[in-house]
Amino acid sequence: MGEVEPGADVRVALPRTVNGAVDAMTATPDAQYLAGGTDFCVEVNFGLRRPPAVVCLRRVAELRRAEVTPTEVVIGAGTTYADMGTGSLADALPALAAAARTVGSPQIRNAGTIGGNVATASPAGDTLPLLTALDARVRVLGPGAEREMGIDELVTGVKRTALEPQELVISIRVPRLDGPQQFLKVGTRNAMVIAIASAAVVLDLEARRVRAAFGSVGPVPVRPRQAEDELSDAIDWGRLSASEAAIERFGELAAQACSPITDHRSTAAYRRRAVEVVAARGLRRCLRDVA
Amino acid sequence: MSRSSAPVATRPAARTRPRAGIGADAARPDGVPKVRGEFAFSSDLWMDGMLWGRTLRSPHVSARIVAVDPSPALAIPGVRAVVTAADVPGRPTYGLEEPDQPVFASEVVRYHGEPIAAVAADHPETARAGVRAIEVVYEPLEPVVDAERALRAPPLHPDGNLFRHLVIRHGDLDATGDVVVEGTYEVGMQDQAFMGPESGLAVPADDGGVDLYVATQWLHVDRDQIAASLGLPAERVRLHLAGVGGAFGGREDVSLQIHLCLLALGTGRPVKMVYSRDESFFGHVHRHPAKMWFRHHATRGGDLVKVEARIVLDGGAYLSSSNAVISNAACFAPGPYKVPNALIDAYAVRTNNPPCGAMRGFGSVQVCYGHEAQMDKLAAALGMDPVELRLHNALERFDRLVTGQVLTGTVPVRECIRAAMAHPLPPAPSLLDPPMARPGGAGLSADHADVRRGVGIAVSLKNVGYSEGFDDYATARVRLEAGVGGEPVATVVAATAEVGQGFVTIAQQIVREELGVADVLLAPAGTTDIGSAGSSSASRQTWMSGGAIQLACVAIRRQLIARAAASWGCSHASVEWDAGEAVHEGTGERRGLAALLADGAVEAEHEHHHRPTVPLDADGQGDAHLSVMVAAHRAVVDVDPGLGLVKVVQVTTGQDVGHALNPTQVTGQIEGGIAQGVGLAVMEEIVLDEGRVKNPSFTDYLVPTTLDMPAVAATFVEEPEPDAPYGAKGVGEPPVISSGPAVLAAIRDATGLALTRAPVRPEDIALAGQST
Repeated sequence: MGEVEPGADVRVALPRTVNGAVDAMTATPDAQYLAGGTDFCVEVNFGLRRPPAVVCLRRVAELRRAEVTPTEVVIGAGTTYADMGTGSLADALPALAAAARTVGSPQIRNAGTIGGNVATASPAGDTLPLLTALDARVRVLGPGAEREMGIDELVTGVKRTALEPQELVISIRVPRLDGPQQFLKVGTRNAMVIAIASAAVVLDLEARRVRAAFGSVGPVPVRPRQAEDELSDAIDWGRLSASEAAIERFGELAAQACSPITDHRSTAAYRRRAVEVVAARGLRRCLRDVA
Repeated sequence: MSRSSAPVATRPAARTRPRAGIGADAARPDGVPKVRGEFAFSSDLWMDGMLWGRTLRSPHVSARIVAVDPSPALAIPGVRAVVTAADVPGRPTYGLEEPDQPVFASEVVRYHGEPIAAVAADHPETARAGVRAIEVVYEPLEPVVDAERALRAPPLHPDGNLFRHLVIRHGDLDATGDVVVEGTYEVGMQDQAFMGPESGLAVPADDGGVDLYVATQWLHVDRDQIAASLGLPAERVRLHLAGVGGAFGGREDVSLQIHLCLLALGTGRPVKMVYSRDESFFGHVHRHPAKMWFRHHATRGGDLVKVEARIVLDGGAYLSSSNAVISNAACFAPGPYKVPNALIDAYAVRTNNPPCGAMRGFGSVQVCYGHEAQMDKLAAALGMDPVELRLHNALERFDRLVTGQVLTGTVPVRECIRAAMAHPLPPAPSLLDPPMARPGGAGLSADHADVRRGVGIAVSLKNVGYSEGFDDYATARVRLEAGVGGEPVATVVAATAEVGQGFVTIAQQIVREELGVADVLLAPAGTTDIGSAGSSSASRQTWMSGGAIQLACVAIRRQLIARAAASWGCSHASVEWDAGEAVHEGTGERRGLAALLADGAVEAEHEHHHRPTVPLDADGQGDAHLSVMVAAHRAVVDVDPGLGLVKVVQVTTGQDVGHALNPTQVTGQIEGGIAQGVGLAVMEEIVLDEGRVKNPSFTDYLVPTTLDMPAVAATFVEEPEPDAPYGAKGVGEPPVISSGPAVLAAIRDATGLALTRAPVRPEDIALAGQST
């Protein structure tokens, strides 16, 4: 990625439309989109990034739009964590709201956006597990073309995505399912902490499916397919219950699906255990909520 | 807030109490500006035409420096100077106890982040580019990061790897008890985590000297170290205290002071430097990590017979104040208990880890984790209640420490324990609790059924002030004069560093109390106009600088009495001082400050020394300490054993304060200290990988948030200390010492696990018994 020397002028574009943003990005190679800045500005402060131009997105009103329909929720990429944590968005996607409320401090939640969380693609991105569990679709706009892809196609690795350099995340489409959803996050501090492990667990009552995804326990959010399959079969959908053995089995399979690392925040063994615990607890809560 | 009712003997009696005098909840003079964001911290310093400084630090933990070439940096437009070890005109090293730390590393790098060079440039970004451009050729070496290994390893420094080996032999070393418990304990490296990063502004002066505006804890000792390295006489290095954003021991050592002065003198221009948050983690010393072994002997009746301990503190690459920290760790290893026989074997060791030195609690914190876990173990072995065991063995006045020193001051151990225990327990965890109140907090990771409640107690002992024969003193001058409209105004001149502890408030309260004057100004603290105040450390400034101000006021009062006596033509002995006025004993005639000051201002300076102490002898015996402070803490925690997460629900305390000169400030110290103690117990640790700091940020070095902070209920145990001004002991350190060990005890109670290491990590609970 092209960088400029310290002290060199940095061009700042303040577009008001998504097309204007993409045009500004295309005009300057190696420019950087700036939404809440909660990841990018940290890198600037550490001297790790110094792009020649910044395309600021906060004036692009259409990115802040969110729409709740009977079948889906369309969340503009500029929607902040604070926005997701309350109101109709929170009613429609309570687990996304719970995830948003765990992000940083109120100041961070007022600045950071869902589009930034998706495009940054950190393994610890707090909105990613629920979006992954629900097979959310991401709309992106590039020079002359708009396209849509699954969140699992977009996030390809640790802070790596399938986005082309000029492409801008426009919105995230999340299906509305009939059924409870839960988000649980594990960190060493009771607030303002980066996830050591996190879990989104969803029941799709119509399809009679369990969906889940875990954060911070692999390079990308982990979808525990075998656990979902086994548990979907094990749940008594008529009575909306499952045996404690089945729930524990779900936790074990979830943990097996993960590929956590040991770093300064925690150990691989603990992360695996944490997933086992929060997967089972999330499932228990879903069954309790719906019962 | 409750306060015990012991009388305060030294409180001046039968006098109209001035507003906001001693014992009042006087407001901080800097309180409103700080809350409004208007207080100027050292990072806010500004001068036209100033340059920006930045430090080049070693990316290696241990390395030989083959070459340093600053020329590529100097070729960058806007870079005005680069200084390295070759540019230090005076002593190439500095240090609080011995100058063993290089101003810049020249031949060898001994820790990750050690300074190699400093750059001054027109713009902070240009300075950063300059730092990057300096070419350094390193030859990495295998670091020694284990203290036990360092004791046997080749020297990492010409002074060797053993900073100090201290043995305390007390009583009958062959004594044994009916019941013996043994354990090993470990404490991780805590950071002071002050909010205001290191910062300062150096301004070259016409006389070839330099003025340095800086956030520090002890202006004069900084000055002496800077002057030595600059090769300047001390009077040409003038220090001025800039706004300090917290210290906790982390500003006792020199950080950027010498670098800034070298850059200012080298460029002839003012130079400002502000560490970034990550650099701050490399720029100051930390709390010593500890490995400790204890063996406690007791009779079946629960009398402590003997304490044996081996304590190893990892001092990191340079000495700093390790010699004093290990002395405290050894002296207070048994805790606040009567111990007739003791063998304490204590080591402070040099390694290639980051240098460690002063931090709030200073050696007492580490050993408290050990001795308090041992007391619980002993209680279990005896089948005795742990509170009862502590009360049974509690030190009392005129008992001896294991150093043989008779405690002539107050030692209200039992009172503190009873006070901490007397507060009501919080309600049991409930299904109706807000989910965020459970362990895991905002992550909503626990349900009611996942939560286990635990309760623990811990008690601690620590010295006030400097020990082992150090001739500690503080200087203060007070001037009283008629101000605008004839109203009397007092001005206090002292080099006392206000680091947030509230000395500025106490200074005003003392002057109001002694002179009956409402208006008390504090001159800026600096080295130009007054002698040393000593360090804002060791819970000592109220005693030392407070004492100096009090005695200066007493001298002023004598002068005013002399003026009154002269005007009345009577002897001094027949003039009394009452409520800010001179009173003629015979006639009852009164003369107020305005009249007494009509002849001009009155001024007095006092240098206050405390009672001498002595160094510990070869057996670790001697009257090494001025006074001791006691605190007891009871912690209530909720633990989620499945995930190993903890919510500290409540901490109650009884603290031996002597006399609370400002109850609000005492409460502030107690709450803040408990936050720092809770932090060490459950989250605060500098994580090292072969000496490399892995978490130099507030993203990953976690300090408690408001959701992590327990409810606090405090009782001041007020038994006036005979030697101390107004009977007041220090109050800053005790809250941080036993609060953490009480939290660990409570987690043990909730989980049944041994938990011998602080901080407790989630995996220590959730994966207990498994190899991780």
